[in-house]
Amino acid sequence: MSFRLEPRDHASVGLKLTVSLAAGVIALLLVAIPVVAAGGTPLDAYWLMLQGAFGSMFALSETLNRATPLILTGLAAAVAFRAKLWNIGAEGQLYIGALAAVCVGSGLLQLPPALMIPTVMIAGFLAGGLMMVIPTIIKQRFGADEVVITLLLNFVVILFIQMLVEGVLKDPLSMGWPQSVPLIAEAKLPKLLPRLRMHWGLIVGLFAALILWLMVRKTVLGFEIRAVGENKAAARFAGIPVDATMLKVALISGGLAGLAGVGEVAGVKGYLSSDLSPGFGYSGIVVAMLAGLSPVGTVIAAVFVAAVFVGADSMSRATGISSYIADLVVALSLLCVLVGSFFLRFRVKFERRQVGA
Amino acid sequence: MTDAPVLLSLQNITKRFGSLTANNAISLDLHRGEILALLGENGAGKTTLMNILFGHYVQDEGDVRVLADDGALATLPPGSPGAALKAGIGMVHQHFTLAENLSGLANIRLGTEPLLSFGREAAARAKVKKIIAESGLDVDLDRRVADLTVGEKQRIEILKALYRDAKVLILDEPTAVLTPQEAEGLFVVLRRLASNGLGVIFISHKLGEVLAVSHRILVLRAGTKAGELVTAKADRRAIADLMVGKAVAEVIRIPALPGETLMEFDGVSLHGAGRQMLSGVNLKLRSGEIVGLAGVSGNGQSGIAALISGLAVPSSGTLRLYGEAVTKASPRDLVEAGVARMPEDRQHDGVVGTMSVADNIAIEDVRTPAFSKMGFLDRKAMRERATSAISGYDVRCPGPDAEARLLSGGNVQKLILARVLEREPRVILANQPTRGLDVGAQAEVHRRILAARDRGAAVLVISEDLDELFALADRFVVVHAGELADAGSSESLDRGTIGLMMAGQARTPVGIAS
Repeated sequence: MSFRLEPRDHASVGLKLTVSLAAGVIALLLVAIPVVAAGGTPLDAYWLMLQGAFGSMFALSETLNRATPLILTGLAAAVAFRAKLWNIGAEGQLYIGALAAVCVGSGLLQLPPALMIPTVMIAGFLAGGLMMVIPTIIKQRFGADEVVITLLLNFVVILFIQMLVEGVLKDPLSMGWPQSVPLIAEAKLPKLLPRLRMHWGLIVGLFAALILWLMVRKTVLGFEIRAVGENKAAARFAGIPVDATMLKVALISGGLAGLAGVGEVAGVKGYLSSDLSPGFGYSGIVVAMLAGLSPVGTVIAAVFVAAVFVGADSMSRATGISSYIADLVVALSLLCVLVGSFFLRFRVKFERRQVGA
Repeated sequence: MTDAPVLLSLQNITKRFGSLTANNAISLDLHRGEILALLGENGAGKTTLMNILFGHYVQDEGDVRVLADDGALATLPPGSPGAALKAGIGMVHQHFTLAENLSGLANIRLGTEPLLSFGREAAARAKVKKIIAESGLDVDLDRRVADLTVGEKQRIEILKALYRDAKVLILDEPTAVLTPQEAEGLFVVLRRLASNGLGVIFISHKLGEVLAVSHRILVLRAGTKAGELVTAKADRRAIADLMVGKAVAEVIRIPALPGETLMEFDGVSLHGAGRQMLSGVNLKLRSGEIVGLAGVSGNGQSGIAALISGLAVPSSGTLRLYGEAVTKASPRDLVEAGVARMPEDRQHDGVVGTMSVADNIAIEDVRTPAFSKMGFLDRKAMRERATSAISGYDVRCPGPDAEARLLSGGNVQKLILARVLEREPRVILANQPTRGLDVGAQAEVHRRILAARDRGAAVLVISEDLDELFALADRFVVVHAGELADAGSSESLDRGTIGLMMAGQARTPVGIAS
């Protein structure tokens, strides 16, 4: 008995769903091993995680609050990766977006909320976008690798933010804590429901996903981004301006990550500090990969990843199993999805091989 | 010939890819000292059959048997290139598999010796020298492969196979990259090798050379053996019909009526990739005329194609379109001005494989009102255009939504024709328009190009296939080392003259000599 692989013409929706579900189930089965090793019962642990993520209005709000920046950084990665622009710098773009929000929204401008909030958002979008446009220009001009530039810029940006919140932007009323001056009330994103942390950033994220979905499906820009991403040489030959299209992608990608930063500053914390993001930029890459780079899938994947983290925290408090289990669930899910995508591209055919006389 | 012992025998080889049967119960015998031509359209199953023979693929049914040392035919284990090499099967692929930074000799030895092999070079050199003396495959063994010509590289590839004591030599489309003179040289070598007892399988879709070199011809069509004949008794027409399974209509052409100059190269030079690609090129493309550009590949064709495609602008000199200088490298501007461009590497530059047929047909005009409004795609118009193109140009595909990567080379070319000719272009660049296409598709492409010329388009055909250029061109130009020479009207030319010009020899002495 041997097997061999044949490429598939296309994968049906049913097959895609089956593979995604199977990947999730296998990931949970694999995570059961360390859960047992830590002295827990897997089913109980998973039930507590589910409760912790969705079991009450508060839990749901926490999950969606956590999902909000992940939706935006996930979309940032998805749109860039579709064009084969490897933006690993969403973390830095998020901080720069947050910084722009603080610069504009902490008293420089005094406008009513209906104008102030869009202004803060546009500033964050443009600042984050610029952080991605610059590495893209460097790539186009000098052939430098954008993975290296964007990855290393993350550390530069975070050190820069540290310098600012310890220095010129430091809030004199913070009793020595390294945090920036707060946003004025008009610049803050309203909560969605009273007494819960969910804020309007979630709506912004969902709206961004909808717009991206429309762009990919229906617009000339989406068509051109696809062509450039899938075959740059053919796109150039057909007259699609490859460099300009890449710059648009860079602006959108960086801008979305910047919006994630605005949401955290204006929706959750109210001020900028160098611990604003626990790695939302990097998790966004995972979210986008889990979603197969689809905008709608990104929303679902972001909620899933957020639920795993929020649920694991709560499970950890109840059982004493380390909340690092959340990282395991996410990492193994990603690996399972990546392995699963192999089955979407190839058909495995088993055959009996006779070695002739 | 058939009295000689059988070196290699394929028995009822069947190979299926999903629902497609690439090889259906194909049997063949190769004798000692024989040159067997494997002739067939693209997609007829030639390459699949050879890949099974060489162990790249595993057959679903059938056996490969090779003459073993004890004189009996031994079955080769399927799916093992190592076993095939050991059994004495040598393959020269269409795309060479040489390490460019090593010398010819190092390439020949590569993989035949253990990692630590001191002092074996002299023995290896002696063996290669002996093979060269016997075969006439003369080549400098100490030069870096990167510095060799294409013909010399091919010789290294053949030496590589012979060095491993090949009994059977398989050559996949070996003449695609050679000048007519180089090809003739290769044929001499092959005949000599065969007379020394080697069995040769020669894969080709060019009738002329198959007739020139082979002893026997095996014709494949749609995965089955369509016929097997002795070359000496074969007739060109009959073989062509066997290949396509139906009578091929001859392309009929009427004399050209050249009109005004539409595109003009005026002393054009082009630097690219750190070297001079074109120097001082003068060329006029006139309405109603097909100019054929001949030349060994890599002599400047890509530079001329890049200029007409809008991918480059001249470094010096002027390129004029309708009398106005082209100063900006913009494919889109040229397309809008009515220039149709067929890329040399149609799979790589012509289509986005993962996008649909409809998307690929619309890709050049996607920003025009025909296919989009206010930045939104008009999917309905794109589908309609694709549907009419599929029927009008006979693009064989599952439908407008099928991904372009699923199309065969010939159908990709028809897709590109549909994309560029539908706009009734005034200037047409046809770069290797039928490379890799079967006889039927070739005639169809030629008919379309001639029809466009008769409609008044100015056409430049770049091709490595001289038969094709003679079938199409009204006038010849030859490019060598970045310089373009006018060869004149095609009626006054023969293949020998073109061949000498391709090799860089001036036309005038030839004219005097003849």
